[in-house]
Amino acid sequence: MKEINKTFFEEITPKKHLLDVNLKELWNYKDLLFLFVRRDFVSVYKQTILGPIWFFIQPIFTTIIFTVIFGKLAEIPTDGLPQVLFYMSGITCWNYFSECLNKTSNVFILNAPIFGKVYFPRLILPISIIISNLFKFGIQFLLFIAFLIYFYYNGFTIQPSIYMLVLPLLILLMAGLGLGFGILISSLTTKYRDLQFLVLFGVQLFMYATPIVYPLSLAKEKLGEYSWIALANPMTSVIEAMKFAFLGQGDFNWMYLGYSFGVMIILLAISTIIFNKVEQTFMDTV
Amino acid sequence: MSWMIKLEDVSKMYRLGLISSATLQDDLKRIWYNLRGKEDPFLKIGEENKRDTDGGNYVWALKDINFEVNQGDILGIIGKNGAGKSTLLKLLSKVTKPTTGTIKTRGRIASLLEVGTGFHPELTGRENIFLNGAILGMKKREIKSKFDEIVDFSGCERYIDTPVKRYSSGMYVRLAFAVAAHLEPEILVVDEVLAVGDAEFQKKAIGKMKNVSQGQGRTVLFVSHNMTSIMELCDKSLLLNNGKIQNLGETHEIINEYLSLNRAEKNTPINEIKNRSGNGYITFDSMEMLNENNKNISSIICGQKIKFKLGLIVNKNLDYKKIHISIKFVDNKDSSIFHLSNSVSNGKEFKIMKETSSFSVICEIDRFPLNIGNYNYHLFCSDLENIFDEINFAGEIKVESGNFFNSGNLPSSKLSPYLIDNKWYILN
Repeated sequence: MKEINKTFFEEITPKKHLLDVNLKELWNYKDLLFLFVRRDFVSVYKQTILGPIWFFIQPIFTTIIFTVIFGKLAEIPTDGLPQVLFYMSGITCWNYFSECLNKTSNVFILNAPIFGKVYFPRLILPISIIISNLFKFGIQFLLFIAFLIYFYYNGFTIQPSIYMLVLPLLILLMAGLGLGFGILISSLTTKYRDLQFLVLFGVQLFMYATPIVYPLSLAKEKLGEYSWIALANPMTSVIEAMKFAFLGQGDFNWMYLGYSFGVMIILLAISTIIFNKVEQTFMDTV
Repeated sequence: MSWMIKLEDVSKMYRLGLISSATLQDDLKRIWYNLRGKEDPFLKIGEENKRDTDGGNYVWALKDINFEVNQGDILGIIGKNGAGKSTLLKLLSKVTKPTTGTIKTRGRIASLLEVGTGFHPELTGRENIFLNGAILGMKKREIKSKFDEIVDFSGCERYIDTPVKRYSSGMYVRLAFAVAAHLEPEILVVDEVLAVGDAEFQKKAIGKMKNVSQGQGRTVLFVSHNMTSIMELCDKSLLLNNGKIQNLGETHEIINEYLSLNRAEKNTPINEIKNRSGNGYITFDSMEMLNENNKNISSIICGQKIKFKLGLIVNKNLDYKKIHISIKFVDNKDSSIFHLSNSVSNGKEFKIMKETSSFSVICEIDRFPLNIGNYNYHLFCSDLENIFDEINFAGEIKVESGNFFNSGNLPSSKLSPYLIDNKWYILN
C-alpha cells in the first residue's frame, strides 16, 4: 500500500478567499489545457472539405464587404492607406477580441454538462478558448501579412516600422480584455441570463465604437471635444497601434496603451474575483 | 488505518422552483444580511427533503452529514431516489460546494459521475481517450503509458480511429469506463455508471474496481441502485434517507434496512393497499400467518410448520369455477425465490358458488425452508380468462433463526437463502 501523501491534503469549505487562484493547480492541468485547445481546433472543421481554409475565407469576405460599403459607398477616409489593408488589419484584431469575448462569455452555460460531472480548475476552459483563438488569429494575421507584402511591393504608401515589435503586447491586451469581459459576463449570466442578450448585439455595436471602419483621426476631427468617448474604449489604442506599427498611419500613444493595460488589469482582477465566487456553486443555478 | 475522507456537519441546501425575479429578491435580501454581517436568513428555513410534502422554497438536500472513510475501503452509498446520494457525490468531487460544513480529503479525488464526460462526438476514440483522461485529472504521460491497456480493456481496438459519434452506445460506454478505470487517484468516486453495458462488461468493471481498492489500497465510494453490485463490491455501506444518514455499517444489514425503507407500505393491511391491478371481481382482504396451533404469528421461525391464511372478498357475484391463487416470495432484489399456487400444488383450481361473498384459503407448508432474513411476497388471483387481483409487495415476512436441521446450526443467509433437507453419511 502506498504511503498517504500529505501534500494532497485538501479541505472543502463553503467559503473561499476572494483572489484565491490556485496557480499550482492550473499548472497541474496544463495537459488538459493543451487538449482542449487541440479539441477546439480539430473539431471545428471536421467533416468539411475546405478545412482550415475557412479561417481565411471569413476575413477576406468581411474585408471585401467593408471595402465596398464603407470604402466605396460611404467613402469613409482611411488615412491614405489602401482600403483593403486598413480594414483587414482592424478586422483581424477585432475578430480575435470578439471571439475571445463571445466564446468565454457563455463558457459556464455551454459547458455545464462537463462542469456538473467532474472537477477541474474552471479557469482552464476560458484560457483554452483564448489560446485556441490565438491560433486562429495567427493564421489570419499571416494572411494579413501576405496582403501587406503584396501591397508593399506594388508601390502603395505603407510604412511598416520597428513598432511591429509591440505586437505581443497588443495580443496580450486583446486577449486580456476579451477574457476579462468574457468571464465577467459568463459569471454574471449563470443565474440571470439577461446579460447574454446584451452581449449578442453589444459586441457588434462595440465594433463601431472602435476605429475599425474609420480612422481615429476622423473621429477626433468630427467629434471634437467628445473624442474622449472613442479614446475611453480600451480597444481603440490597440487597433490604432496595430495600424501604426504595420501600415505607418495611426495614433500610436504609449499613454493610451498604458490606459488600456490598466483597464485590462482591473477588469481581470474584478472578473477573477467574481469568477472565483461563482464557480463554487454555479452548478446549482446555471 | 487513517481516514481518507472525512465529512463534518456537511449540509447542502437547494432552492426549489424557477429562477426568476423573485429569486433576485431573495438574493438581494441575502446580500443585505451579508453586508450587515448577519447570517444568511434562508439557511434557517430549509426543510427536510421530502418530495411529496408541500412547503417552502428551500430544502436541505443533505443535512448534517458526518462520516469517515478509511484507506482501502469500498463504501457503498444507497438510498431512494432523491435521498441525496448524487448531491453527496457532487460535493465530494468538488463540482459544487457544501452550504455548511467541511469535507477533508487526503488524496487526489477522481470522480466518475458519468461515463464519457467531455467526450467530443467529432473526435476519434484515440483523441477522446486523451481528452477524457485529462478531464478526469490524468497527465498526458500517464495516459500514454496506459493507452494500450485502456484500448484493450475497452475492446474497441478496431474503432479507435473512428469518431465516437459512430460508436454504438455500448462501445461508447466501454471506452469511457476503460479510461476511468485506469485512473490512479487515491480516492475514486463512482456513480451509477455500471447500469449500462452488457453483463460481461459489468462483471469486468466490478472486478476492476475491486482490484483497484484491494490490490492498490485505494478508496472507492460507489453509488448504485443495483444491490447485487453493492453487495459484491462493498463491505460497508451508507444509507441515506431524506438527506440524512440513516445508518452506516455492514453492507448486508444496510441493504436490508434500505429495503425495509423501500417498503413504507409493508405494514399496511392488505385491504388498504391501493396499488393493485386486476379487474377487482375478487380481491384479497387479509393475510395471516398461523402456527401449528393455529395461533397468529408475526414472524416465522425457519423450519416451523406454517399456514398462510388468505381472506378474499367477492365483489362481483358469479359462479367462479377455476380460481387460481398464488403467493410469490421474492428476495431483496425482487427476484423470485419460490412460487406457491393452488393450481400447481393441488393440480386443480378452487370453485365457489354465486352466493359466496367472502372466503378464505389456506396454504400450508410443513417446514418453512427459508433462512433468516426479510422476504416480500406478491399475491395473485385469477381464473382462466381474467386477472382478478394482483398485489406486488403485498407485505413483508420476517424469518427468524430456528432449528431447521435439528442440529442447532444454520448456514449463513448469504451462503444459503434456502434450507434444503439433506443428510450426510461417511462411507469407508
